[in-house]
Amino acid sequence: MNYSPARALARIFAPAARMGKKYGVEWWILCAGACIIAAILFMALFPGTLAPFNPHQQDTGPQLASPGGAHLMGTDNLKRDVWSRIVYGSRTILGVSVLAALLSSLVGITLGLLSGYSGGILDRILSLIMDSVYVFPGLILAIAFAAMFGPGIINITLAVAVIYIPTYFRLVRGQTLAIKQELYVEAARAIGASGTTILWKYIFPNVIATTVVVFTLNVADAIMIEAALTYLGLGLPPSIVDWGMDLAMGKKYLPSGQWWLITFPGMMISLLALGFTMLGEGLAEILNPRLLER
Amino acid sequence: MKNLVRYIVTRTLLTIPMVLILLSIVFVVLRVMPGDPVSSMLGGHAPERVIEQKKEELGLNRPLAVQYVDYLWQVARLDLGDSMVFQQGVTDAIIEKMPATIELTFFAMIITLVVGVFLGAYAADHRREFRDSMIRLYGIVIYCIPVYWLGLMLQLIFGIWLDIFPIAGRTGSRILSSTFEQSGFYVIDTLRAGNYAAFGDVMHHLVLPAFTLGLTLSGIFVRLTRANMLDVLKADYIVAAEARGITHTKIVYRHALKNAMIPILTMMGLQVALLMAGAILTETTFSWPGMGRLLLERIYLRDYPTIQGVIIVYALFVAMVSLVVDIIYAMVDPRIRY
Repeated sequence: MNYSPARALARIFAPAARMGKKYGVEWWILCAGACIIAAILFMALFPGTLAPFNPHQQDTGPQLASPGGAHLMGTDNLKRDVWSRIVYGSRTILGVSVLAALLSSLVGITLGLLSGYSGGILDRILSLIMDSVYVFPGLILAIAFAAMFGPGIINITLAVAVIYIPTYFRLVRGQTLAIKQELYVEAARAIGASGTTILWKYIFPNVIATTVVVFTLNVADAIMIEAALTYLGLGLPPSIVDWGMDLAMGKKYLPSGQWWLITFPGMMISLLALGFTMLGEGLAEILNPRLLER
Repeated sequence: MKNLVRYIVTRTLLTIPMVLILLSIVFVVLRVMPGDPVSSMLGGHAPERVIEQKKEELGLNRPLAVQYVDYLWQVARLDLGDSMVFQQGVTDAIIEKMPATIELTFFAMIITLVVGVFLGAYAADHRREFRDSMIRLYGIVIYCIPVYWLGLMLQLIFGIWLDIFPIAGRTGSRILSSTFEQSGFYVIDTLRAGNYAAFGDVMHHLVLPAFTLGLTLSGIFVRLTRANMLDVLKADYIVAAEARGITHTKIVYRHALKNAMIPILTMMGLQVALLMAGAILTETTFSWPGMGRLLLERIYLRDYPTIQGVIIVYALFVAMVSLVVDIIYAMVDPRIRY
């Protein structure tokens, strides 16, 4: 058998294709989502390789130039290169939304485990608080937090993180309640395992699988909330490059027809959110087909 | 029946702690968290004496517990205080802006339901066909498009390029709202005044904002309707109807859809939170003079009593909707009792 690049490529992708046969369209959704995320992650990690200009640099060309030539996505009112700002802006939105989702999952999972395992008055109070926050519109809560905290990367991350804590709490608490009754937990208790051991070694590994799915879907949501806050002019100082802020700035030039200033930042926000949603949807179907129907 | 009454009473009583918690969260966020409303309101460079005087005036120097009780008492009387910036009561300002928001969300909800439910039912009817995949794709993609960007793009396409719909406000410049305004619901007011030109103008202005908000939420309903319809279409009575020779369309869109609607309607209650959040963003994009824009304008002005008031109204509204939805659900489904 002689070597050919096509065959080598086919061999690399063979496992993916096998998975595709096994899980059908869900697997390809997952792959597409992962590809989008990988592409934008590359942007965020190595912006220098993609962006021809510094995102803050003014006078890169004519003012409000339409896409084409030296400016792939045109220039804005300060003669900055829109594509370069898109590339560097990916760092802000990815950083904030992933960090926020990590933070809220950490707090939510911990509280959910404790609340579900210990029960009693703590569980009652925590559940009531979390349920109340859960029904409250997340964006409004985030707006209130962002307005109080003032602009800043850490502040906006906290404002976004707060609204997802109840999601994890409710999920993990419910599962903890169910797993607590399992025979193997009772067996562990019978051989004298401490509460911490049971929580950490017996219950936690069993709840983590579903939280992975919720995590990816949460990042997708956090992306839209982050961009919404900065679009509204809350959350970040103007010195930071951010898609939502670029969108808000481009809005002023909509009536005069400078379409590229709003089209590209918004498209990127949607694409990134779509990437995480597709990853989450695919994972959900493959790990647990009934999870999202509940 | 007696059980139902007991359920309603218990559920209503349970709303009280929920409202209390929501109000407490608002209090904690706006008063206890770091960030001083008075100094930021006075510009941050005001002398200490002026800040202290203003704080004294607003009662912010009292112990937190006293402030908290006073705050709850305020809300209970539905007196949300006075604006720090304008000579206007907060309650009045909110009442003035509320009809615009309700009008927008009402029409958006209709669009969501019509588009989402129809597409979902159609997809379920053509399960595993190409059309089904396309509709499911639509559901995922539209969910990921931020409502404000959808609004901007619709403005660009239909407002600027095609120039067929206005992109801002509730009425055109030639229509004077003072000639018909009574309740603030322009759709109703213009009809009652018999001013059909103004009615047309109001509806014309509603198209883009309502579609923006409505389409964004339709994705969720596509998925939900599709999942429910798939279950219903498998039921025995559908097979029986088929056997009786009723046309397929009639079975799907009348018999099956009716049964699939119950969970969909209750889901609507849960979507109210999303609808209100979306309304804030839609109002900002379309310069729609509703509660969301009021909230943001006052955030920029650092008018804390108004910010607090608007958020309280949202909280009360959410608590009420979740109560109503639960009661409706209990009426429809007798298994739900305490």
